[in-house]
Amino acid sequence: MGTWMDFILERYNYWVVIILMMIGLYTVFARGNLVKKVVGLNVFQTSVFIFYITIGKIAGGTAPIYIGGELDHGGGHGDDAAGGGHGEAGEHGAEASAHDVSEAAEITESLHGKIDNAVGNAPLNELKDVVSDQAATADNPSLHDAPVGDTAKIGNDALLDVKPEVAPSFDVATDHGEEAAHQVGEAAHAVTEIVYTNPLPHVLILTAIVVGVATTAVGLALAVRIREAYGTIEEDELEAIDDIAEFGAKDTAGGMT
Amino acid sequence: MSLIAQLPVLPVIIPLVLAPITLLLPKGRAPHLWATAVSWLTFASCAWLLMEVSEVGLISYYLGDWAPPLGIEYRIDLANALVLLLVSALAAVVFPFAYESVKAEIDERQSPYFYGALLICMTGLLGVTITGDAFNVFVFLEISSLSTYALIAMGARRDRRALTASFNYLVMGTIGATFFVIGIGLLYQATGTLNMADLHDKLIGQDNRMVQAGFAFILVGVGLKLAMFPMHLWLPNAYAYAPSAVTAFIAATATKVAVYVLIRFFFSVFNFDFPFIGAAFTYVLLPLGLAGMFIASLAAVFQDDVKRMLAYSSVAQIGYMLLGLSFATVEGLTASLVHVFNHALMKGALFMAVACVVLRAGSHSIHAFAGLSKRMPVTTWAFLISGLSLIGVPLTVGFVSKWYLLEAAFAAGHWYAGFLIVASSLIALLYIGRVAEVMLLREPATEGPYAIQEKDAPLSMLIPMWVLVAANIYFGVRTDLTGGLAERAAAALMTVAGGTP
Repeated sequence: MGTWMDFILERYNYWVVIILMMIGLYTVFARGNLVKKVVGLNVFQTSVFIFYITIGKIAGGTAPIYIGGELDHGGGHGDDAAGGGHGEAGEHGAEASAHDVSEAAEITESLHGKIDNAVGNAPLNELKDVVSDQAATADNPSLHDAPVGDTAKIGNDALLDVKPEVAPSFDVATDHGEEAAHQVGEAAHAVTEIVYTNPLPHVLILTAIVVGVATTAVGLALAVRIREAYGTIEEDELEAIDDIAEFGAKDTAGGMT
Repeated sequence: MSLIAQLPVLPVIIPLVLAPITLLLPKGRAPHLWATAVSWLTFASCAWLLMEVSEVGLISYYLGDWAPPLGIEYRIDLANALVLLLVSALAAVVFPFAYESVKAEIDERQSPYFYGALLICMTGLLGVTITGDAFNVFVFLEISSLSTYALIAMGARRDRRALTASFNYLVMGTIGATFFVIGIGLLYQATGTLNMADLHDKLIGQDNRMVQAGFAFILVGVGLKLAMFPMHLWLPNAYAYAPSAVTAFIAATATKVAVYVLIRFFFSVFNFDFPFIGAAFTYVLLPLGLAGMFIASLAAVFQDDVKRMLAYSSVAQIGYMLLGLSFATVEGLTASLVHVFNHALMKGALFMAVACVVLRAGSHSIHAFAGLSKRMPVTTWAFLISGLSLIGVPLTVGFVSKWYLLEAAFAAGHWYAGFLIVASSLIALLYIGRVAEVMLLREPATEGPYAIQEKDAPLSMLIPMWVLVAANIYFGVRTDLTGGLAERAAAALMTVAGGTP
């Protein structure tokens, strides 16, 4: 029961998407009023927007606006993340000793490799250590040559690499794998100090919103023209009017004037 | 920065940038001339592109010089180039044709908007075809669809039912496009990329429920757009009540482009290692293609409205294309591509002939066609020849399509499909024959609502129409041109998709 509830609650945004999608489609099919149909279409499209934003969202991630140049600011942000509960690695980082820039580069390399392995049941602790070490280097104020933005980028790259492995996570069977991948992902984020959400789905959805608005506008404009031409925007009445126009008023069951 | 280096982007950029200028022109002749010039320019660039592609092979163009997979890539191989040429050629023929027809059917004040929307519609169709980016397909698909809704609604001046037809198309089309976006989103979630070639590489070996769901959403979404048999309900009304010139253009191009998108996703994004591709061919496309061929053809026989009849026939012809696709062989794919090309030629010519009748008789009911051969002989013969082509009589393109399709059906071991193809062609003979009988043997009405003026359509309409009719015969005799290109395109697509399922 507990795991079952977790399964639902952990994916609550997907449920929101599905519920909105069904409400939207139902409205389109079941309502006879043309304006209501357009609104239903809108709700349906909105569910897709939320779906795309869900894809792009990374836990603890900030808006994808580049803030890499300011190291101090970045550090402060890391503390915020620590307060937010994902910051286990960040705390470790504070304790760990500082590293050289060259080492940091090496670690980044190994981090990259390890995240790939991690999904295949690599020991998570080890990875976390690497991760926290790196966090420390990033915290080190002497590290002006390696802007945080770069590390952030690397972290994101690593995440992209992980993604295909995360993909089958819809299957309950691979739930464990997903959890592991999730933790790796989170650790990878804590490391990079500034975690950006994936900007691409946002951009895509901005485009889709424009398309959606255009569709709504055309749909409503058509509804206005239909009202002008027929005097109604109820679908069944429109059909009745067309039938009468084509076959003559044999039976006016619709009670049309 | 020479023009040749930028050639791949020209078919989209030229009409996209020049279309809004139509709105600034004074109403009347100017927007039409401008739009015609733009469509010819686009056609020239597409023809040039096809020549380049057939020499060089694949052309890849980075939009804004951003390298894929991050940037948007235009990726042109023979299959695209063929469809590009088709769309732009039809546009180049329909635009000069449109003037008289549009003058009669559309309020003159709306003419700048009309030609602007028609150009944008063409841009969208070309963009869908040329792009190598999955999300870009959606954007262009909606660009063309939105302008099509507006164009269909402009038929309201003659018949107010155009408004409801357009509204229904809008609802169905938007649901289809949104399904398509959901599918793309799922694929993006699985791979983290939107570039088609990159998607293809990253999808290899990923046979999980997310990819399956993505595939299903894309299939249904595109299926709605191309009026795959049970999802065709928007099509007959939309084609019947749209302005005649619009019908001639979208009937010849819009569904063909959607078929192309389906081919592109089946063969270039997914590959035959996925068991669900084979299942979709065998259990979805094959039966729905066959069902569409028969049910829509039968529905066409009982239509009293010639435009609606031809619209139902379009649904049936899409069945042929899906059938060829579903064999999943080089021959089948070739047949599909050839039929995409040929059907555009014959439907374009047929709907143009109807447009001429509408101009003179003011109706597209079958009663208006009575005794047409005595009043408008040139139009009548154009209709008859392209009608024969639709049935599949030798020396016309229809015969070439059917020949390729039959060959593919027997080669793939679906011998029953071969018989069904012939049988459904006989139904086409029925509905075309019905109109032919009315045109040739009945006496023309001299008074009443269906009286026809005693003169043929103006030359500006007859010449473009006969260009298409001549193309019907030319490509029916010179089969090596389209057939050869389509065969090379199909072979290239098959290599990417990898063997047979």
